[in-house]
Amino acid sequence: MEYSPKVMDHFSNPRNLGSIKNSDGVGEVGNAKCGDIMKIYLKVEDNRIADVKFQTFGCGAAIASSSMATELIKGKTLEEAWKLSNKAVTEALDGLPPIKMHCSMLAEEAIHEAINDYLRRKGLEPWTEDE
Amino acid sequence: MTVNDRAIYMDNSATTPLRKEVVEEMLPFMTGNFGNPSSIYEIGKISKHSIDEARRKVAYALGAEENEIYFTSGGTESDNWAIKGIAFANRNKGKHIITSSIEHHAVLHTCAWLEGQGFEVTYLPVDKYGMVSPEEVRKAIRDDTILISIMLANNEIGTIQPVEEIGKIAKENRIYFHTDAVQAIGHVPIDVKKMNIDLLSLSGHKFEGPKGCGALYVRKGVKIEPLLHGGAQEGRRRAGTENVPGIVGLGKAIELATAEIGELNRTLLELRERLIKGLLRIPKTHLNGHPKQRLANNVNITLEYIEGESLLLLLNAKGIFASTGSACNSTSLEPSHVLTACGVPHEIIHGSLRLSLGRMNSEKDVDRVLEVVPEIVQKLRNMSPLTPEEYRTT
Ligand SMILES: Cc1ncc(COP(=O)(O)O)c(C=O)c1O
Ligand code: FES
Repeated sequence: MEYSPKVMDHFSNPRNLGSIKNSDGVGEVGNAKCGDIMKIYLKVEDNRIADVKFQTFGCGAAIASSSMATELIKGKTLEEAWKLSNKAVTEALDGLPPIKMHCSMLAEEAIHEAINDYLRRKGLEPWTEDE
Repeated sequence: MTVNDRAIYMDNSATTPLRKEVVEEMLPFMTGNFGNPSSIYEIGKISKHSIDEARRKVAYALGAEENEIYFTSGGTESDNWAIKGIAFANRNKGKHIITSSIEHHAVLHTCAWLEGQGFEVTYLPVDKYGMVSPEEVRKAIRDDTILISIMLANNEIGTIQPVEEIGKIAKENRIYFHTDAVQAIGHVPIDVKKMNIDLLSLSGHKFEGPKGCGALYVRKGVKIEPLLHGGAQEGRRRAGTENVPGIVGLGKAIELATAEIGELNRTLLELRERLIKGLLRIPKTHLNGHPKQRLANNVNITLEYIEGESLLLLLNAKGIFASTGSACNSTSLEPSHVLTACGVPHEIIHGSLRLSLGRMNSEKDVDRVLEVVPEIVQKLRNMSPLTPEEYRTT
């Protein structure tokens, strides 16, 4: 598998790895393609992502995407974080092999799940995909 | 890039390096002795004689006759030829083929293609060790069965099949028996007569010979169609100018592998047991394949909660080269069909690791692997959402 140096960097030294004890939102999604799992933990303050952590059971691309995605949403508003696309994640990683594109979807979906979990806990209406 | 001195190559079931003696034997046939074996002048005759010499060596290694050995482009061609060749030559007798669910894709995809051509195929299940039951073979036989194809040893889990018993059943029922022995050469002693084998596939690069060169043994009297039509090479059964350097190298490699089979197996067996014992000390780790009836060079384990591709990448970074059956590491995104057939659940197949030993490996290599693997596994388990608290260190 040919990965870019960026992917290898984020895979070998993942940023924001781990869990958050008293998190405000958790999103866990599975990958229908190969059966992998990603879990995102959020700490939210003033509508901003104050902290984010992840755990991933998956390939090098999945771990690197998780790491990059968490970096990209840290400090962002919930609205900004919601808009993070898997395309933006792959671009930030200098690309992924075509067969590995689905792995980066996992991060986008897990972030959406985590944000909606936060909103539900606040008694708010969860957002939908076209928001 | 080359495998440097510090790197540990433990993927010998994927392919092996050529032995120095093999390369030396091959070299003259790339330069001075380049003649076409079909030509009548001196360098052509030398090529012809060298091919026949290699044929004798292959025949000797299998307990076969010289005129029962046909050179091919490798294991894939041999499997394709054996199965398609028997199917089409014997379709007036029947259209049913029996094989197993853990065969190499060279067999399975060939059978699937034949199904599209009107043949019917039974894919026998295996037990949790990857073993085919001879009784199941017997029960699967129909009046119109024309071929049984069961591999001698599996490439992923190393399980050695009861081929002699299956061969006996095939013979009793007058059905042709093919075995894919690609992984077995140099590890399992073979006698095609004693084992009642009618067709046998082998491939040079799995036993320190060249890539792109293999052979098919076809017992005298077996009715088979050619796969490749053209010139009159290989007794009119396999057309195309012979890969002379490859064939010469394959001959030398099989000669060495067969002569040293006992000695090599003893060494590999010790390394294998040391490796398995050490790896199974990692919690939540299981051995795949049969504990005893397995190739001396094969170790295949599953490590729960982690994924194989990321494991291989981290091993690679430490200079250790291995393989996995994880869906994430396959171009089809399908988990290993072999481990699936053994009943291993999908998410556990993700964490499969195959380490296949070779003559280059030493006890020092094994100990290095035993030092590195647990560290990497722990790193990945700490990253995984599936890992229970008690197996985490951070
Ligand atoms: C059991 C088995 N059969 C067939 C093959 C195909 O052999 P080749 O690579 O020579 O085409 C292999 C090797 O990958 C194998 O392990
Ligand atoms: S997570 Fe399975 S291929 Fe990337």
